[in-house]
Amino acid sequence: MTSNLAQYSVVLVYSAMAVYVIAFIAFVLDLAKRTGEVQVVAAAQQPAKTVATVQGGTVVLERVEAPVRSGGRGTRFERVAFAMMVLGLVLHVGGIVLRGVAAHRVPWANMFEFSITGTAIIVLIFLLVQLWQNLRFLGVFVSGLVLILLGVATVNFYVDVVPLPPALQSYWLVLHVFVAICGTGFFALGAGLAVSQLVQTYRQGRADAKPLKFMETLPDADRLEVLTYRVILVGFVLWTFTLIAGAIWAERAWGRYWGWDTKEVWTFIIWVIYAGYIHARATRGWRGARSSWLALVGFAAVMFNFSVVNLFFKGLHSYSGL
Amino acid sequence: MSRSSDETRRGRAGAASTGTGLDAATDRTDDGASLAGDPLRPSDHMDSGPAANRGDVDDVNQPALGLVGYVRFFWRQLTSMRTALFLLMMLALAAIPGSLVPQRTADPNGVTQYEVDHPKLFPILDSLQVFDTYTSVWFSAIYLLLFVSLIGCIVPRTRHHWQALRTRPPRTPARLHRLAGFQRVPVGPDVLADGTPALPTADAAVSSAMALLKRSGYRVERFGDSVSAERGYLRETGNLVFHAALVGVLLAVGVGGGFGYTGQRLLVEGQTFSNVLGSYDSFIPGRWFSQSQLHGYNLTLDKFTTSYETENLNALGAATDYNATVTSRTKGGATEQHDIKVNSPLSIGGTNVYLLGNGYAMQVTVRDGQGNVAFKDVVPFLPQDSNYTSLGVVKVPDAKPDQLGMVGFFYPTAVKQATGAYASNYPDVENPLLSLQVYTGDLGLDDGTPQSVYQLSTKGLKQIAGTSDSALTKSIALKPGQTKTLPGGTGSVTFDGVKRYVSLDIHHDPSQLWVALFAVLAVLGLLTSLFVPRRRVWVKVVPGGDGDGGAAFTLEYAGLARGEDPNLERAVADIANRHASDLGVRITQ
Repeated sequence: MTSNLAQYSVVLVYSAMAVYVIAFIAFVLDLAKRTGEVQVVAAAQQPAKTVATVQGGTVVLERVEAPVRSGGRGTRFERVAFAMMVLGLVLHVGGIVLRGVAAHRVPWANMFEFSITGTAIIVLIFLLVQLWQNLRFLGVFVSGLVLILLGVATVNFYVDVVPLPPALQSYWLVLHVFVAICGTGFFALGAGLAVSQLVQTYRQGRADAKPLKFMETLPDADRLEVLTYRVILVGFVLWTFTLIAGAIWAERAWGRYWGWDTKEVWTFIIWVIYAGYIHARATRGWRGARSSWLALVGFAAVMFNFSVVNLFFKGLHSYSGL
Repeated sequence: MSRSSDETRRGRAGAASTGTGLDAATDRTDDGASLAGDPLRPSDHMDSGPAANRGDVDDVNQPALGLVGYVRFFWRQLTSMRTALFLLMMLALAAIPGSLVPQRTADPNGVTQYEVDHPKLFPILDSLQVFDTYTSVWFSAIYLLLFVSLIGCIVPRTRHHWQALRTRPPRTPARLHRLAGFQRVPVGPDVLADGTPALPTADAAVSSAMALLKRSGYRVERFGDSVSAERGYLRETGNLVFHAALVGVLLAVGVGGGFGYTGQRLLVEGQTFSNVLGSYDSFIPGRWFSQSQLHGYNLTLDKFTTSYETENLNALGAATDYNATVTSRTKGGATEQHDIKVNSPLSIGGTNVYLLGNGYAMQVTVRDGQGNVAFKDVVPFLPQDSNYTSLGVVKVPDAKPDQLGMVGFFYPTAVKQATGAYASNYPDVENPLLSLQVYTGDLGLDDGTPQSVYQLSTKGLKQIAGTSDSALTKSIALKPGQTKTLPGGTGSVTFDGVKRYVSLDIHHDPSQLWVALFAVLAVLGLLTSLFVPRRRVWVKVVPGGDGDGGAAFTLEYAGLARGEDPNLERAVADIANRHASDLGVRITQ
């Protein structure tokens, strides 16, 4: 029974991956289509309206649509891609739920489960964020990242359902790890935005022919900078909570709230890097490209913590199950 | 702090704000430092005044500095945003080595192993304190500088904020139309909503705006026919609380940690631990520890049980639960029974008792060549693998004529492998077997050199059982209850039975609560400082209408963000709508 459910779970995850591939291709085609649109609409553009405040040095935000897009609907490719992301997520969540049912516990107790749940959360955050801002241009980044992570997870991290070791039998597993996953999701989105911000900055810095025409359908560099900051801010708050919840759990399980275990060290490093990012953004001369680079360094550290630290560093957080 | 300068500034800045906020920040040419009610920020902060007018350190042509000048210069450097940023990045970098090599505090055996594996590299790294990264001089220097910089920033900011909290909102700017969310609402007979008896007077409109803003949590001030309102002082409060709480965490860890202690004790079923220094196997006192801090209590380990997975074929024999049943006796005389589990420590006598390890202990009796009982004790063996193949040492210094030493392997579920050697294939006691190699000679215990109880130094000893192949001298294999004689008439050994043991960590850490308190404060501060918007809103009555003559006067609304404020325009529009509805006026677009 358990192993059957676990197998169905894997089938669903594979199906979700197939659907994400379609979404990825459609997102790419959408970007290609945007390049065409830019050339057509080039003349009839209205500059995005932004209003500056005096003191804050802050762009006051309206819901500024991407300059070229007239309606909020997007190209057909984009709509297909978006629908595929939703469908993929449904299958994906189905797989995660089956895994949880098979294991009789939350489905994030080893590296494989952390990966499949984490990627689903990334997709979910990506989809939900659209209600707040149109960030569909990040679809290529998000679907691509999720596909790579899922591929590595299913091929290299797969482990059969096993019972929880006593150290993990705690409600903090539900809270601490889930919040860490959510934080990772926001950091991932922030990294995607930071990349677009850097590309946009590069393009705006060039006087001559600007490559990557589709970038003109994206918000400008300043706007992307603000969006990056917002998204990372949420991630930072979640990460702070992860750190504190982890310390409380460590006190219960290991007898000390902080012991510079390798995973603790890297969680701390990530926190400090993003704290640095927030300060960089408030430092004259650092807002913009420089702070975007820091955001990317932060996400690189997140990925490092998830992969290399989990697999190769000796420590108390050895729950990869591999 | 003059309001007039504040007003000029806003007028200019409004005119300059053609594009982004960045433009606004750089185009300003005001007095910067005297922004009424504004948080005092480091001079290179994004939201503080322009550098040139503030005697910023960037000035190239500095006049010669005196001693005080230099001190001020370095202090300004240390408390600048750039330095904070630099120190944060250094802190992140400096934390990395501690994750690459084992640390003495977390993994002392790993450090020893590292020394064996890398004999050349070890002394170099050790002299750089890499094995004590988080107490090293360089790591400490970075975080201490960071905290000095932090304190240098928050102390003046707190003072400034304290004053700002008691400052009234500034005068309404002359021209609102350049500001965020600007909106005009003409008020005349034609826009009166149904059921509104009469046109409100300008004075009534201002009063109702004041009441509305006050209800909405703004601090309000009336200036003639306008209201100036400000809210979100909590943003800066949260910011200061967050940073001060971080200092609090550091102090609680640094100072409070000195009052605690941690100790370890290995306890076999039936044994009792007393909370006195002599009863600990190892003990690490804090800096200000005194023995009077040890509250008297006893703990007896009644029983230790492990539950194993028995159904899931992928995890047969995996432990699913560890449970130590203990009886405690406190000084008052109360006797209670408790269960200690992983994730569920026992709180007793100001300490927490954690279950961190377990294993098997052998009950062994050794008779010497003269037939006397030379040894009768219970010996903990250390588990070597997940199936609890365990290794331990029995030292019998009282055996006559020669001292005896034994190195034992214990297999809870013994199976004989093809090679003839034993192995354990299940962690529970299904087919227990104790296998001993026996040595005679001087164990070296009498000269006072400290020895590990888990290791036998075989130098100078003669092995009489357990050498490789000879059938005569093969290892002594015992099942519980069995007795076997030792070769050469040196005596006999009895395996009386197996008991479980646990290793307990006993911690007393009075700083813990303080750290938790400051951590909670930090989170609350962080949330308010990031998500409470600081903004100013103005409502102004301007005589006349839009020119079509129908309106008696026009209401103007505008706002100004003080820091990040994504919802400013919506908030201003909301105020306008609610105000109009309070007045019974329809907003015509």
